[in-house]
Amino acid sequence: MPPVTMLEAIRQAIFEEMERDPAVVAIGEDIGVYGGAFKVTAGLLERFGWERVIDTPISETAIIGAAVGMSYQGLRPIAELQFIDFIACCFNQITNFVAKSHYRWGAPVPMVMRGPSGGGVHGGPFHSANPEMYFVHTPGLKVIYPSTPYDAKGLLKSAIRDNNPVLFLEHKFLYRRIKEELPEDDYTVPIGKAIVRREGRDLTIVTYAAMMHTSLEAAEDLAKEGIDTEVVDLRTLLPLDKDTILQSVKKTNKLLIVHEDTKTGGIAGEIAAVACEGAFEDLDGPILRVTAKDSPVPFSPPLEERFLPNKNDVLAAARELARY
Amino acid sequence: MSNPLSREQHLELYYYMKLNRALDEQLVRLFRQNAVVGGLYSNLGQEATSVGTAYALEKRDWIAPMIRNVGGLLVKGYKPRDILMQYMARYDSPTHGKDGTSHFGDLKGRHVVSPISMLGDLVPVMTGVAIAGRYLGQNVVAMTWVGDGATSTGAFHEGLNFAATQHAPLVLVVENNQWAYSTPVSKQVPIHDLADRAKAYGIASSIVDGNDVVAVYQTAKEAVECCRAGKGPVLIESKTMRMKGHAQHDPAEYVPKEMFSYWEARDPIARYEKYLTENGIWDEKAKASLDARIEKELKEELEFAEKSPLPPPELAEQGVYCEGCHTVEAEWKRPKKEVIPPQASVKPEWEVADFGGFDLPATMVKQAAVAAGNGRKAVASTSAPKTNGQKPAQKSNGRPEKSKMAERVPFGRGPKGKAGRK
Repeated sequence: MPPVTMLEAIRQAIFEEMERDPAVVAIGEDIGVYGGAFKVTAGLLERFGWERVIDTPISETAIIGAAVGMSYQGLRPIAELQFIDFIACCFNQITNFVAKSHYRWGAPVPMVMRGPSGGGVHGGPFHSANPEMYFVHTPGLKVIYPSTPYDAKGLLKSAIRDNNPVLFLEHKFLYRRIKEELPEDDYTVPIGKAIVRREGRDLTIVTYAAMMHTSLEAAEDLAKEGIDTEVVDLRTLLPLDKDTILQSVKKTNKLLIVHEDTKTGGIAGEIAAVACEGAFEDLDGPILRVTAKDSPVPFSPPLEERFLPNKNDVLAAARELARY
Repeated sequence: MSNPLSREQHLELYYYMKLNRALDEQLVRLFRQNAVVGGLYSNLGQEATSVGTAYALEKRDWIAPMIRNVGGLLVKGYKPRDILMQYMARYDSPTHGKDGTSHFGDLKGRHVVSPISMLGDLVPVMTGVAIAGRYLGQNVVAMTWVGDGATSTGAFHEGLNFAATQHAPLVLVVENNQWAYSTPVSKQVPIHDLADRAKAYGIASSIVDGNDVVAVYQTAKEAVECCRAGKGPVLIESKTMRMKGHAQHDPAEYVPKEMFSYWEARDPIARYEKYLTENGIWDEKAKASLDARIEKELKEELEFAEKSPLPPPELAEQGVYCEGCHTVEAEWKRPKKEVIPPQASVKPEWEVADFGGFDLPATMVKQAAVAAGNGRKAVASTSAPKTNGQKPAQKSNGRPEKSKMAERVPFGRGPKGKAGRK
């Protein structure tokens, strides 16, 4: 099998799940005839028909609301948000209706909300968001943010089969930049499990999504300087795999957290707290963060470049940490 | 009378309305004894709307009540103890104390979806229930209620618009009780009849005297039948009056006294009692026996509720996620192969009835009575007989067979009424 892009991997997951289970349906804006703004759902309508691939009006609240209703009927809807920034329009449905449903009255909501997120493509303030923390702070949801085609496919399949509402974030910078060979057979990747992408002894970088690749590149550079870096890819942000984080921190005794989300209130703060609570005695240095600046995502290339964290930022922080 | 009710049904309507009110009065007593946790939201004066509309549904149909639709819950088979324990935050309540009031539901047995406090949100959700029911071939209708205040929300408009584009079997009851907390309907919307909202979405609507339970029932029954025939959604405006404040703490001093008097003279239960007597449907003895039954039942229900403990504190962190505690299974009432390739496969292409300008086509294009999710195929499963008879249109050449398509309920005017897809 030739290697496939992350976008193709996501497409395959949707196709295969819809083939496997007629309860799986897709709903969103321009996903049918047009095949989606990024063509993730290209060919879906042709294969599965009007009843299973529903083009909606520009109504995010109606998309999420209808998906909840469909899931109450035992279906497993996959709701696309054309750009994840638009998730703000249906925040109420997600945080109040979807997330609290099982807790309040025992009604599971087996739905997936997915969409392209992240910056680096000059999308500007409304097409570049990393909205994960609004939802990581919402009990009842699961939040996935993969970094590789293999994980994207396997995790999306797990999300579709899960009985809980899952927010599946797809970093659009990675859509066509990363390729990987995928197994021919059906496989899933478990939700809530981080993975060690690179083993190391001197310090731990905890990261996810596009910054995973930045961190891996930095780790290779650091190796040449004699700093042996371990890279932990979270893959799922909620529930957070605390065990893998703590295990790595206990091994390397140093923690650097790298994410593309803004700094204040980003998941780095939560991970730092997890490390302090669970591995304080093991820490040999301060917990450092490399993140985006605390501003909206700017449009013009030099501004966005300044805003986003990059390899040099990671290198600088890692070198500082290595001095302890 | 298009839907004649039997004597038994007439008496059942009375039973549910009177039980609704007696339960309301019981809750007020409990509130005064500090036995109610949190606020208490009265249904007083609105019993006919809840009961009459819900009574028009079949068992398999779905409802999503709002806070003043306890009558609908009773019709759907919930017991007064469920409401009592919800308000008293007891462990044996349907939510085990995790939520209060009418915020509960039952997906598998009674087909009731729980509301949330944010208004209008049930409209898109019940649209989803309705179109999923159509997809599964269940021939079900979904019903929900919104107040006059909720018609100002975005969710109401997004949901209704989507329901209309999908021709969803959804009955939306706009319960115009004149007040949204302290705000009169005239400050909520700049129109007199909330039913007028339906015009904007090209759907059928009607206005009914919400304090006349038989009229409410008949109107709802017609709407339900319309939806079941694939001509939904339908909006019903029920004009009624909230006879108390927003909640028990609110004395409603902002409501003119004359307005209360006006509606008190139109009390739904007193009117219905008179109707039953004047039409010889019951006599004093029958009334006394029903009232005694309600009193006895309510007493037993209260005893049960009061015996129920408060929930154990450790329940607080349980049940955030479904961890195998529920099975999710759709109830298929049509062959699955219809929705699996190759039978499901279509030519992915829009058709437009006209080009959106001012020049109308020579022949008016008829729309399908039951349009499919997105496009051209008339959905067979909305009503059972069509399933076999109607071949999905796109199977021949990807285009609907115009001659075979039923005429849509008339709506719209001018060029825009004919625009869109067919």
